[in-house]
Amino acid sequence: MDLIQLQRQLVDYRTSLYHEGFLDEQFTQLQSLQDENNPDFVVEVVSLFFEDSERLLNELSKALEQQIIDFKRMDAQVHQLKGSSSSIGAHRVQKLCIVFRNYCEVHNVEGCLKCLQQVKHEYGIIKTKLESMFQLEQQILNAGGSIPV
Amino acid sequence: MLSSGGGSDSCSKDMAVELGDEPHVLVVDDSLIDRKLVERLLKNSSCKVTTAENALRAVNYLRLGNDTLEGTVSEVNMIITDYCMPGMTGYELLKKIKESSVLKEVPVVIMSSDNIPTRINQCLEEGAKMFMLKPLTRSDVKQLKWHLMKCRS
Repeated sequence: MDLIQLQRQLVDYRTSLYHEGFLDEQFTQLQSLQDENNPDFVVEVVSLFFEDSERLLNELSKALEQQIIDFKRMDAQVHQLKGSSSSIGAHRVQKLCIVFRNYCEVHNVEGCLKCLQQVKHEYGIIKTKLESMFQLEQQILNAGGSIPV
Repeated sequence: MLSSGGGSDSCSKDMAVELGDEPHVLVVDDSLIDRKLVERLLKNSSCKVTTAENALRAVNYLRLGNDTLEGTVSEVNMIITDYCMPGMTGYELLKKIKESSVLKEVPVVIMSSDNIPTRINQCLEEGAKMFMLKPLTRSDVKQLKWHLMKCRS
C-alpha cells in the first residue's frame, strides 16, 4: 500500500472511531498536545491508560469474587477507571463506568457483575482499535510520511 | 466548564507575574494520566510545572505549617488540585493553604470529574479561585493563565 493510501486509511479509521462513539473530543485534545518536542505523547498517555485499566479490571474481578463485597472500594476503583477513560476520550468505557458506579452505590451485585463484563468487553475493543491505529501511524512514519491531522 | 470564586482580586507584589516570567504552577492529582495531561497543557502555555501525587506531598513541598520555611520554596503562583484524592482531599488541602499567612494569597483551583453543585459551592466558599471539570481543555488553561496574568501591576 502506498503512502497516500495509508494516510487515507488512517483518516478513515480515525473518523469511524469517533463516529461509532469509541472516541470522543477529548482524544482530539490529547492529539493536539503532541508536537515535535513531545512526539510520543499520545502513545505514552494511552499506554498508561492500558496499564491502569488492566490493573483496575483485575482488582474489580477479584473484589466481586469475595464472600463479602467491598462496594465502597469498588466504587473508588470504578471512579478511577471512569476518570482515566474520560481523560483519554475512551467514550464507551467512560459511559459504562457511570452505570457501574450506580450499581455499586445500591450494592447490586448482579448489576456490578454485568457491568464488569461489559466494561471488560469495551475496553478490549478500544485497546485493539487504538493499537491498530498506532500501527497504521507507525507504518506511515516508516514510509517517510507524516501523520495527517 | 469553569466556576469563578468571588473574593479579593487584589494581588500582592509577590504574587504578580512579571512580564516574561513563566508562572510556576503546582499540580496535585493522584492520577498519573491526569498529572501528565495537565502538565503538558500548562507547559504548552509557557508555565513552569511541579507535580505532586497527593495532598500530603503538596503540603510538604509548600512547607505548609512550618512558620520559618513557608513560602521559601520556589515561588508557586498557582495551585491546581484534584478534589478526590486518597488521604487528604483537595478541599482539605485548600483549607490548609488558606490557613497559611504566607500562602493564602496563592490562587487555588479545584478540579473534579464529578459535577456536584454542593461540592463546587463548598470549594468556592472556602476560597478556591475556580472550580473546573475534568478533563481540562486548552481553553480552560487559557482562562487560568489570564487569571494569573491579570495580577500583573
